[in-house]
Amino acid sequence: MSNENVIQVERLTKTFGNFTAVNAISFEVKKGEIFGFLGANGAGKTTAMKMLIGISKPTSGEATIAGFDVYKHAEDIKKNIGYMSQKFALYDDLTVKENIAFFGGIYGLSRKIIKEKSKHLIEELGLVDVANKLVGALPLGWKQKLSFSVSLLHNPKIVFLDEPTGGVDPITRRQFWEMIYKAANQGTTVFVTTHYMDEAEYCDRVSIMVNGKIEALDTPKKLKAQFKVEHMNDVFLKLARHTE
Amino acid sequence: MSITVTNISKSYKNVEALKDVSFNVKSGELFGLIGPDGAGKTTLFRILTTLLKANSGTASVTGFDVVTDYKDIRNCVGYMPGKFSLYQDLTIEENLNFFATIFNTTLEENYELIKDIYVQIEPFKNRRAGQLSGGMKQKLALCCALIHKPKVLFLDEPTTGVDPVSRKEFWEMLKRLQQKHITILVSTPYMDEAALCDRIALIQDGEILQIDTPKAMISHHKKDIYNVSAHNMYQLINVLKQYKHQHSVYPFGAFVHYTDSRTDFNMADLKAYLESKSLSEIKIEKTLPTIEDTFMELATT
Repeated sequence: MSNENVIQVERLTKTFGNFTAVNAISFEVKKGEIFGFLGANGAGKTTAMKMLIGISKPTSGEATIAGFDVYKHAEDIKKNIGYMSQKFALYDDLTVKENIAFFGGIYGLSRKIIKEKSKHLIEELGLVDVANKLVGALPLGWKQKLSFSVSLLHNPKIVFLDEPTGGVDPITRRQFWEMIYKAANQGTTVFVTTHYMDEAEYCDRVSIMVNGKIEALDTPKKLKAQFKVEHMNDVFLKLARHTE
Repeated sequence: MSITVTNISKSYKNVEALKDVSFNVKSGELFGLIGPDGAGKTTLFRILTTLLKANSGTASVTGFDVVTDYKDIRNCVGYMPGKFSLYQDLTIEENLNFFATIFNTTLEENYELIKDIYVQIEPFKNRRAGQLSGGMKQKLALCCALIHKPKVLFLDEPTTGVDPVSRKEFWEMLKRLQQKHITILVSTPYMDEAALCDRIALIQDGEILQIDTPKAMISHHKKDIYNVSAHNMYQLINVLKQYKHQHSVYPFGAFVHYTDSRTDFNMADLKAYLESKSLSEIKIEKTLPTIEDTFMELATT
């Protein structure tokens, strides 16, 4: 992890009518950091994330992502980040190879580079035997690992992962996190949401959102000390209880 | 016995969704079916609720056979599918009245049963189901599944994608329902919820790995598990995986869960090895297994 900030957010706010979904949140994330973005359902995480990835205009506040302003340079942000979620990942009716070629093409990689990367990736993930199979036929865990690798194809500075491991079996879930560690170790910043509190412990720092505000932000170790509990689950329960 | 499942198998084209599955659920029991996506949980629920026929094997619910007595089963069970399947364009109240009418009852008749849950969504009773938050949809679906006072409740992944606070509240609701003598079969991919069930079945790739009480399952765990931590987690995982005596290495919250392949494991040896790989702030201590450890051990052997 370096000292360079790749995400800088200052009093970022989004309102819908008279409802404030995201209420003046401020934080920064460093290059190569694994940043956990936690909160209860409806706390405003998705709305906040949409602003950070350049697909929703904030109502007020400032945010710079990979050096680009969210108001003026949303298109540049999209080129410099990767994104995956359980809902938006790969195309089930394309094969493994076709998916890689499609997303490589979207990010403007040359055919030659796509071919090289595709071969390397398929070997690394152990997908050689299923490279020409439809993605829809793969087990969820394989899909999610492939989807993560595809989100890194264009060497983005930051990758946004929205609940990447929901429903994935415990072994694959851990392999997935080892891939996250590896990416972070190579300098990619990882911004991740999860409902698994053991996964919150894997993050360098964690923020917890409650009713549109960030109510806690620190390393898991310091948060546990601050709330005098042993597990991140208890930190979460103490903060987010009785809010809906 | 409230639910009996005997040698049930089910295939779709070339996928074997369930392979010779057998288990029983006692009357009044809170039974958990624990396993990841694709394990076969939903297929099993659909067979037990008479929506799908098995290729072979038999099953019964409250004494009724799932094939020949399907009408009787449909009258006495409640089913909450994993995918929200109420009418999005009806309000909370309209949905409840609709389901009550279908079962020849009224919201008032069994109000006692759903009161706890219903009061939480009552302020929004004129809102359409499609406009509700995830947590409220879940509560409405549970009310609808309970409206005819079923003997057995089938809940297919009611907490998937739900945050830890709402998950905890949901399980508190289940515990209260159990006290009203309803048998509950619930599935979940979250292993930490296993401890809240009376008994659990671990399921993967269509096969039941083990059935027991959560406590007994943990106590049968054969390998000693050690919590290992160091200043750099990623490096620690890689170095541990290269250790010639390692049996398993899994990141586990703030620690790595490590098991050794030898019978005479020596902590000092491991510590010396890690130090030789320039790791610092090394801590090693024995810890208790969790359901997730057991699941991973069974899934790999």
